[in-house]
Amino acid sequence: MGILEVKGVNKNFGGLKALQDVNLSVQEGTVHAIIGPNGAGKSTLLNVLVGKLRPDTGSVMFDGKSVLGRKPHEINQMGISRVFQTPEIFTDLSVLENVLIPCFARRDGAFRMHAFESVAHEGTINEEAEQILADVNMADKRNLHAGSLSRGDKRRLEMAMCLVQQPKLLLLDEPTAGMARADTNNTIDLLKEIKETRPITMAIIEHDMHVVFSLAERITVLAQGTPLVEDTPENIKGHPKVREAYLGEAQV
Amino acid sequence: MLGIGKRDTTILLVVAFMALAAPIILNPFPANSAMAQFNAGYPDLMQRFVIFGIFAIGFNILFGLTGYLSFGHAAFLGAGSYAAVWMFKLLSFNVIPAVLLSIVVAALFSVLIGFISLRRSGIYFSILTLAFAQMSYNLAYSVLTPLTNGETGLQVYTSDPQYLRGEGDPIVTHLFGLEMRAKETLELGPWAFDFSVGYYFCAILMLISFYISIRIFRSPFGLMLRAVKSNNHRLSYTGLNSRPYALTAFIISGAYAGLAGGLLAAMDPLAGAERMQWTASGEVVLMTILGGAGTLIGPVLGAGFIKYCENIFSKINENVLHSWFAALPDGLETGLVWVASKFVGEGWHLTLGLMFMLVVIFLPGGLVEGGQRIGRALRRRRGQDEPGRSAAKEPAE
Ligand SMILES: Nc1ncnc2c1ncn2[C@@H]1O[C@H](COP(=O)(O)OP(=O)(O)OP(=O)(O)O)[C@@H](O)[C@H]1O
Ligand SMILES: [Mg+2]
Repeated sequence: MGILEVKGVNKNFGGLKALQDVNLSVQEGTVHAIIGPNGAGKSTLLNVLVGKLRPDTGSVMFDGKSVLGRKPHEINQMGISRVFQTPEIFTDLSVLENVLIPCFARRDGAFRMHAFESVAHEGTINEEAEQILADVNMADKRNLHAGSLSRGDKRRLEMAMCLVQQPKLLLLDEPTAGMARADTNNTIDLLKEIKETRPITMAIIEHDMHVVFSLAERITVLAQGTPLVEDTPENIKGHPKVREAYLGEAQV
Repeated sequence: MLGIGKRDTTILLVVAFMALAAPIILNPFPANSAMAQFNAGYPDLMQRFVIFGIFAIGFNILFGLTGYLSFGHAAFLGAGSYAAVWMFKLLSFNVIPAVLLSIVVAALFSVLIGFISLRRSGIYFSILTLAFAQMSYNLAYSVLTPLTNGETGLQVYTSDPQYLRGEGDPIVTHLFGLEMRAKETLELGPWAFDFSVGYYFCAILMLISFYISIRIFRSPFGLMLRAVKSNNHRLSYTGLNSRPYALTAFIISGAYAGLAGGLLAAMDPLAGAERMQWTASGEVVLMTILGGAGTLIGPVLGAGFIKYCENIFSKINENVLHSWFAALPDGLETGLVWVASKFVGEGWHLTLGLMFMLVVIFLPGGLVEGGQRIGRALRRRRGQDEPGRSAAKEPAE
């Protein structure tokens, strides 16, 4: 049994079959990549996992419990954090405040009335936030408006916001899109380090094969809403069906 | 100091000084001079400054922090006033129970309206609040007459029971015997300054309200409210439930409105349905935006500014205008007076509308942004004198 078990999930948008009988099992402590051409349904699958969409049929079990019918914040509190394909951050707040919020969410749960304590006096929380900013090399940007950051920095910030929650399962939707090569490599190093030092499971969607083959232990190929194959990176590279459906277009 | 940062302490002290010294600051012109009409240091007007300041401070906790724009907060102001007058009718003219009940009633009322309205966001939320407030206004006007005394308005009659009234208690609103209307007048040469009990009672409550709002702004709760405004999606995918955060902010701002309504009644024990009308709801929106929504001091400035202008502009009539333009040739004078008269007296709302448009277009951050721009310009000039000092880019407060 994996930490995440997706069984027989279908999702239609009008006549479009975005997900068709999707089965996926992610083992605890591994990095599982989901690849596939544009419009394959990768983001839709993540939307189902985090409670943004409800599938038409099928089941999604996380850590032995069903996530279907739960609200996004409840699913996050179960231990699933997600980095979105287009960065979702608090653009009106400072970089530091952006990472403080998930720190509070982890400590205090979905709602807590702390109206008289001062954020500045929360010692441990501030230390945690500063630490994660240092980890993603953004400590010098802590007082900037998050909205003014570059796309790559917004992504790194969003990743920091998810990592600081220490989720059991981290979902990454194209985490290096829009990043410069150097930043991409930093991100790979960061994710590798996180994986080695913490008990974390990751599901990563990525078009950049360099990132995929640097990190993934298992790869699922999705095409037109259906998983084609699931295997180790070595086997995927040589798989004829995969080449035909996907890798043929990309440089490996 | 007081558990708030250095900068916030400074802001609080400045506001406290302004509020406590207002009877002097606002009366700069000698009592009998021609300029005396621009004086604003009389109790009645100063009370309105601070009471509407409280209203706007509370409104800012909802609108400024969470971005939920309510067009129905006058309903809570009105509910607070009715609750206070009922306390006067049933217990005594002491203002403490009246003010306490007005807060409680408005808070309970806002639980109900907030719970329903917050099922929607954006324009739909605004319209729901507006609809609820208009409903309350109509109910107060007609169906609820036994509670509100309908068109006449709720007031205290000698036949009212006033169960807790003591033997020698004053027959006007008072604080344990200290009459709200009591005042000391200090005459210094041609100047006259009024220090009234009612004003200081309201001013101190305003300062407490302001202090609480500073604490809320700087708290984890306040941070979450700002996060609701910035990106509600991200908030829920970060494990936070925005609904109770927004609802709590709604209730707090409702309670502030109730306090303001209670104080209006404490200054003048009368409550009418018109206090709940949509124009009153709109006014607090204007105050908050004009001063600077989401800033600490903006709503206080906005409230003072609008109430001051209202008072000054609505007092000016054609006679005053004629005396101002008397030196000009006749035809020109008549023309100027004709134009200007449209903007004063009854027409002062035209001036308010124009000012509001100018601020929204040129100073979207309100008066506070205006002040910040001036401050930055001054600093830049000083910065040229002493090189090496550069302005750090910080998120606006
Ligand atoms: N909310 C929605 N309503 C209607 N159609 C949708 C919705 N979300 C996704 N789709 C459609 O479902 C299909 C799968 O979209 P999805 O975003 O999951 O693809 P993807 O694999 O993430 O692609 P990409 O690599 O471009 O991000 C697409 O055809 C898309 O247009
Ligand atoms: Mg996608």
